[in-house]
Amino acid sequence: MDIIIKNKSELPIYEQIEQQIKAQILDGTLAENEPMPSMRQLARDLKISIITTTRVYNDLADAGFLVSAAGKGFFVAPRTDELLRERMLFEMEDSLLKAVESGRSIGLTDDEIADALKRIMEE
Amino acid sequence: MENILEINGLCKTYGDFSLKSVTFSLPKGYIMGFVGQNGSGKTTTIRSILNMAKTDKGSIKIFGLDSVKDTIAVKERLGVVFDSLYLAEHLSVKQLERQIRPFYKEWDTKEFFRRISEFGLPDSKSVGTFSKGMKMKLMIAVALSHNAELMILDEPTSGLDPVARDELLDILTEYIANENRGVLFSTHITADVERIADYVTVLHNGKVWFTGTKDELTEKYAVLKGAEKYLPDGLREKLIGFHAYRNGFEALISTDDLRGLPDKLEYEKASIDEMLVYIAKEDKNEGHSDNNEV
Repeated sequence: MDIIIKNKSELPIYEQIEQQIKAQILDGTLAENEPMPSMRQLARDLKISIITTTRVYNDLADAGFLVSAAGKGFFVAPRTDELLRERMLFEMEDSLLKAVESGRSIGLTDDEIADALKRIMEE
Repeated sequence: MENILEINGLCKTYGDFSLKSVTFSLPKGYIMGFVGQNGSGKTTTIRSILNMAKTDKGSIKIFGLDSVKDTIAVKERLGVVFDSLYLAEHLSVKQLERQIRPFYKEWDTKEFFRRISEFGLPDSKSVGTFSKGMKMKLMIAVALSHNAELMILDEPTSGLDPVARDELLDILTEYIANENRGVLFSTHITADVERIADYVTVLHNGKVWFTGTKDELTEKYAVLKGAEKYLPDGLREKLIGFHAYRNGFEALISTDDLRGLPDKLEYEKASIDEMLVYIAKEDKNEGHSDNNEV
């Protein structure tokens, strides 16, 4: 599991971690049923407070990304339709983002990029 | 949650300084940052916890034991790090080890020298020649070698370079990975607190200004900026450390008061540093002169 914390980010640390873990669950880097590091271990690895990692795991469990097993810690949740939908949505947005970046890098305006998308969808 | 440290109604006066009913507690398994400007009473509170200063009123419980009555049992399980070395400076690490060993039942010589080499400290040079960062690591090595369950650090990072400060954060987060331990550290370098502390206690003029989780604190206040004329009636009195300058004003505001503010006023997250600055400004605004120096 790779996590990068930006101290100068507008996002609070817990949100940065939540986003990155979500992304890695959705893109399959973290496989279903895979055990997560303990909250204390994660706090130690990232040099952050335990309350922050506790919040991250609880939020992710509430959102259905992780499940907790009493006494055993947290695991990546088994795939469900909802997670799958999240994942497809994530992949779509990721592809769109790449498309926009490619368009911008060759100097296309946002309108031109949007037009290109419309053209593709009408085909 | 079980508290590893509990301070209740602590009062102490000496000279024109006083601690006024200081009350806070640290649950087992967490790190608390203890902040406040110089002279706010942090060191006096820590000296009281360590039974190095007589208190006038109140109680201090560590591991559920009384800090005065059970002082020996408590100290056996306490690790302390001060901003300057409390050990004999003319001795070497090896000589010091022989001196400290008999004081602790649980002293572990092997663990001590393992830490000394891990921290890269020379063991036969007199410790007086050590840099500030090396002295800090030496005190930590002592604390870690008698299986201390509560680590109390008074300004451990003052005068340390960024690398040594980072190493300290590393050591503390490793230490607290064991959930039966606790850490209380006072500092005025709040960036350290912002990163690793679970709880924060802010002391101001000998009183607890805030105590709770760090998230509660950072969500409780914001910095408000704008032109004074857009301030709604009655809000000015609620602001903390109001400061007007030619093009507008700045002040600390409770996030509860942010609702319904005009768009012309801007606000942003307040760092703990900024909070300390604004509470000090508020004193000046109110003309307080009880800004103690210890």
